[in-house]
Amino acid sequence: MDYGNSDDSPTVVLPTAIKILVAGGFGVGKTTLVSAVSETQPLRTEEVLTETGVGVDDLSGVEEKSTTTVAMDFGRISFGDDLVLYLFGTPGQDRFWFVWDELALGALGAVVLADTRRLADSFPSIDYFERHGVPFIVAVNCFEGARRYDLPDVRLALNLDPEVPVMLCDARLRESSKEVLIALLNHVLRSRGSRVEAESVPG
Amino acid sequence: MPDAEPLWVDDDAGPLVRPYAMTGGRARTRNGFNVISLVLATAPAPQLEVGLTPEHLHIVDLCQRPLALAEVSAHLHLPLGTVRVLLDDLLARGLVRVSEPRPPTLLPDNHVFEALINGLRKL
Repeated sequence: MDYGNSDDSPTVVLPTAIKILVAGGFGVGKTTLVSAVSETQPLRTEEVLTETGVGVDDLSGVEEKSTTTVAMDFGRISFGDDLVLYLFGTPGQDRFWFVWDELALGALGAVVLADTRRLADSFPSIDYFERHGVPFIVAVNCFEGARRYDLPDVRLALNLDPEVPVMLCDARLRESSKEVLIALLNHVLRSRGSRVEAESVPG
Repeated sequence: MPDAEPLWVDDDAGPLVRPYAMTGGRARTRNGFNVISLVLATAPAPQLEVGLTPEHLHIVDLCQRPLALAEVSAHLHLPLGTVRVLLDDLLARGLVRVSEPRPPTLLPDNHVFEALINGLRKL
């Protein structure tokens, strides 16, 4: 929907903007992945939340307000003049669901980054995307020194639906991060009931 | 200021003071723009006029090319909510257009996916 587009203004066609989320526990490499593929250094935006104190004695008649600033790192990849992809890292603290809702609105899909040393850190992200019907894949970021798990073991540990792809990646590398995004796009396409044959890949 | 907000911006408010002062105390926006809503100026930034702050003009300057709401927020170092309020003012004056993203379910066939996948491969 367009706002403020009057009839006499020259018609400039705005690009199609696409949003993909990169989620996972604190320190799992979300911003690293975003930087690896973005055309510029990741940018940082923030939302300020005003929370009315919870658990305050109602009879006191005094509400405590506290403010919390939630920062989000994001990157951008432009494809020509008519298509731009935004990659948003979700806030590391899972309690900021308000911000997650805002980010997930209109998102094409999500990548859940996982660290095999702390697999449980990915549970909140996986739960969120399952509950909200956001298509996602799991990418296990291969940290040095981390024990290598077989992907079926990771799938089992995360209790994933069989159709959710699980893959290994190195979030520091552009090629690897590109493959993660392409895998997500193919997964979203499959969940739409079709599949694109990339031009350079026969059959 | 009889119609001003109650005095809740006290010492504890911290960083809230600046954004809220900039928006004249308004926190609620008429729009609920997506973080990837694209903002494009309709004309070069005008001279400072009554009712417009330097931040308003900064947005018009930045958005001579299309930028997402989150990018505007990042470049101005202002929270998303504050930028939404400022965009309301700019929309009311016809200084910007804002284009909301299409919901993924309404993306036209698979053209966009093809463009994304092939574009990523070429990066």
